[in-house]
Amino acid sequence: MNNKLSVTSRILVAFASGALIAAFFLPVWRIDLFAPQYPEGLMMNIWINGLSGDVEIINGLNHYIGMKHISVDMFPEFKFLPYVVGFFMLLGMLVAVTGNRKFLLFYLILTAIGGALAMYDFYQWGYDYGHNLDPSAAIQVPGLSYQPPLFGHKRLLNFDAYSFPDVGGWVVIGAAALAFGVWFAEWYRQRKKITK
Amino acid sequence: MKHSFSKSLLAISLLVAGFVWLQGCKPKGTQSAVSGDAAAKAYVAPGKYDEFYNFVSGGFSGQMSVYGLPSGRLFRVIPVFSVDPEKGWGYSEETKPMLNTSHGFVPWDDLHHIALSVTKSEHDGRWAFGNANNTPRIARIDLKTFRTAEIIEIPNSAGNHSSPFITENSEYVVAGTRFSVPIGDKLDVPINTYKENFKGTVSFIGVDKTSGEMNIAFQILTPGINFDLARAGKGKSAGWFFFSCYNSEKANTLLEVNASQKDKDFIMAVNWKKAEEYAKAGKGVKKQVRYAHNKYDEKTHSATSTIVNEVLVLDPKDCPDMVYFMPCPKSPHGCDTDPTGEYIVGSGKLAAVIPVFSFTKIQDAIAKKNYDGEYDGIPVLKYEAVLHGEVSKPGLGPLHTEFDANGNAYTSFFVSSEIVKWSIKDLKVLDRVPTYYSIGHLCVPGGPTSKPHGKYVIAYNKITKDRYLPTGPELTQSAQLYDISGDKMKLILDFPTIGEPHYAEAIPASLIMPKSQKIYKLEENKNPYAALGDNNAKVERKGNEVHVYMTSIRSHFTPDNIEGVKLGDVVYFHVTNLEQDWDVPHGFAVKGANNAELLIMPGETQTLAWKPEKAGVYPMYCTDFCSALHQEMQGYIRVSPAGSNVPLTFSTGTNVPAATTPAAAEKPATK
Repeated sequence: MNNKLSVTSRILVAFASGALIAAFFLPVWRIDLFAPQYPEGLMMNIWINGLSGDVEIINGLNHYIGMKHISVDMFPEFKFLPYVVGFFMLLGMLVAVTGNRKFLLFYLILTAIGGALAMYDFYQWGYDYGHNLDPSAAIQVPGLSYQPPLFGHKRLLNFDAYSFPDVGGWVVIGAAALAFGVWFAEWYRQRKKITK
Repeated sequence: MKHSFSKSLLAISLLVAGFVWLQGCKPKGTQSAVSGDAAAKAYVAPGKYDEFYNFVSGGFSGQMSVYGLPSGRLFRVIPVFSVDPEKGWGYSEETKPMLNTSHGFVPWDDLHHIALSVTKSEHDGRWAFGNANNTPRIARIDLKTFRTAEIIEIPNSAGNHSSPFITENSEYVVAGTRFSVPIGDKLDVPINTYKENFKGTVSFIGVDKTSGEMNIAFQILTPGINFDLARAGKGKSAGWFFFSCYNSEKANTLLEVNASQKDKDFIMAVNWKKAEEYAKAGKGVKKQVRYAHNKYDEKTHSATSTIVNEVLVLDPKDCPDMVYFMPCPKSPHGCDTDPTGEYIVGSGKLAAVIPVFSFTKIQDAIAKKNYDGEYDGIPVLKYEAVLHGEVSKPGLGPLHTEFDANGNAYTSFFVSSEIVKWSIKDLKVLDRVPTYYSIGHLCVPGGPTSKPHGKYVIAYNKITKDRYLPTGPELTQSAQLYDISGDKMKLILDFPTIGEPHYAEAIPASLIMPKSQKIYKLEENKNPYAALGDNNAKVERKGNEVHVYMTSIRSHFTPDNIEGVKLGDVVYFHVTNLEQDWDVPHGFAVKGANNAELLIMPGETQTLAWKPEKAGVYPMYCTDFCSALHQEMQGYIRVSPAGSNVPLTFSTGTNVPAATTPAAAEKPATK
């Protein structure tokens, strides 16, 4: 049984891991907030190493409900995330260079775990921000929390909150999908060979 | 008997019929003036934008107002020459210098005319200029911020009416004096020595290409006549400026009669390119004067006022071929150049015709010295030699003319209360519509430029009478919008204005809207008293001055508890609005403030001086409804007797009774 990836597959894996470089130059996630007073919307962009957009304005509004002040230095993730992405790029390149099929499978499993961990972490932060509120906040609605949606839409008081990947995030998702696609194609090719 | 009864019945019926018929002869109501689709043409749906900005002079209000067209909705009144306590304009320490003059602080004026900046005689949307008619000044408004950025006083002038018209690339705005006055060293003279001692001036104020900053480049000394309006040439005539003049009789009393004697007054033609050369060549004389030059710095959010002591004056005696007079019937008001620059339309207030002069013929007459004598040593060109033609029987009391892009002119008639459309080429009257009532200036979007946008003509009326619900003896001022896209002018909207609207200009929204500033950036705030962040808020005593470096953000002031102020102190509240969000201004008010309140835009710092007169605790609060907790945005300042030993303290959120939190009482934040 041939344990090597095809040349096409190896190029595609190299391309996918190379594409991760986008995460260094483009925001990976975005949260949009719309309210009657903000028809133009407020936006927060999440990068692998920081935040941008209307963070200060959002903080100004959050203080009414006692949410913590969002600032970059509160998130240790921003310190090590660039290394994690760098590691995945390097690993992907190694998969392409070696062309080892098992190595690719290992890489994909690691990607899946990484992705799940990232979402769990994001959820944790959202939960923390949405629930741990200042007890002396001006606006207090019993039983209401302000956890932003993990993915999609949620209504928070007068705000419609939307949480979706940003451009960089879509590139990462596309790259992962490509790598998975390569593995499925290889698996299909291999199965055919075996059945022959 | 029966016969005579039917006879008298017939007589009565005839009488009734006659009465009804006579009633029908009375003028029809104004309702009939509006056609069916008028409402749709002026309608701008909620949330939609107008097509044009209309910058309208505020007349005796001293301000400039901004409307949308075609809706006629009022957007903003820009404080210019008059104080505005609502915004702290002229009251805050930062803006007070803007209203300084050589006569000291002048808190009001009379703004008559608007000039929007142009490049190649087309609107460029950078600045709007306005004149102060009373204490002669010109203001420049920055159209990024819609704020008055600069005010320059005009020396040797008395009544800056013939102003602020602008040259083709905004090189100069002009200021012609309405009153001639004694100029020079001998100022205290008998009024009836007008003819010997009184002189006029027209000033050319240079405008810096990039910053817009103004400086008086030179003044031209003129005979003692009165200047009314003016217009720069365009295209081939761009190097010239035309000023309408009245009182060539040089009357100093009862001008109504005495300045209306001559059959013709003048339009003064100035070759300003030549004047510029003379000024550069040192032909001018530097005269000792005093005038204020006030500038508002966008970074420090503060104004400075400088008194200047010198002005360069050019005397036509020493500068040949610079100034000419053209006879123009009966006290001309408007003198307007058409989009090509070839035709100059004079509007004699008391004339029965509208004379149209030809620039080519003016040049010809000058070359051939085709003169009709001199007036105070200045050549007078022959009327017939420079005339393109006259519009005959146009109406009564022509005042002002603007143009569309199709070779048509629109002239306002005060006495006959109408707008008359006529063709420049053949001088034929094409259409006329009534105005309600007694129109002064009119405005076609882009009408004074080389590229009129047409579409509408707006009438700025002097009399409103029965057009709106009455409000006692003092009524609203008013404007009227006419659709001129077809052959016939159609009234589509009346809209009230602040008072009194004189001249106005309209400009496509697309030239201004994209540049409109939303906030002042905190990182660019260089006000020396700014507190950039709650942590930088503080209170300092300097002798009997107490400086409060205060911040405001939804929904609290820092500090909001201040103690240790003593009677005899002057408290300066330097309030910085820390918001960086669009449309979140904060106000600031303190009880008993006998000057004004403050209105502070996001990222801005403004200062209110307050001198308490009695010991006690004074409330202060935010006057602009900023947020859900706006009502809670309040605090106290304690004033103690002069000799008291209350320490100077300040805080927000920590000044609580000692019993509950002994440790936190009176956060030790003294200097």
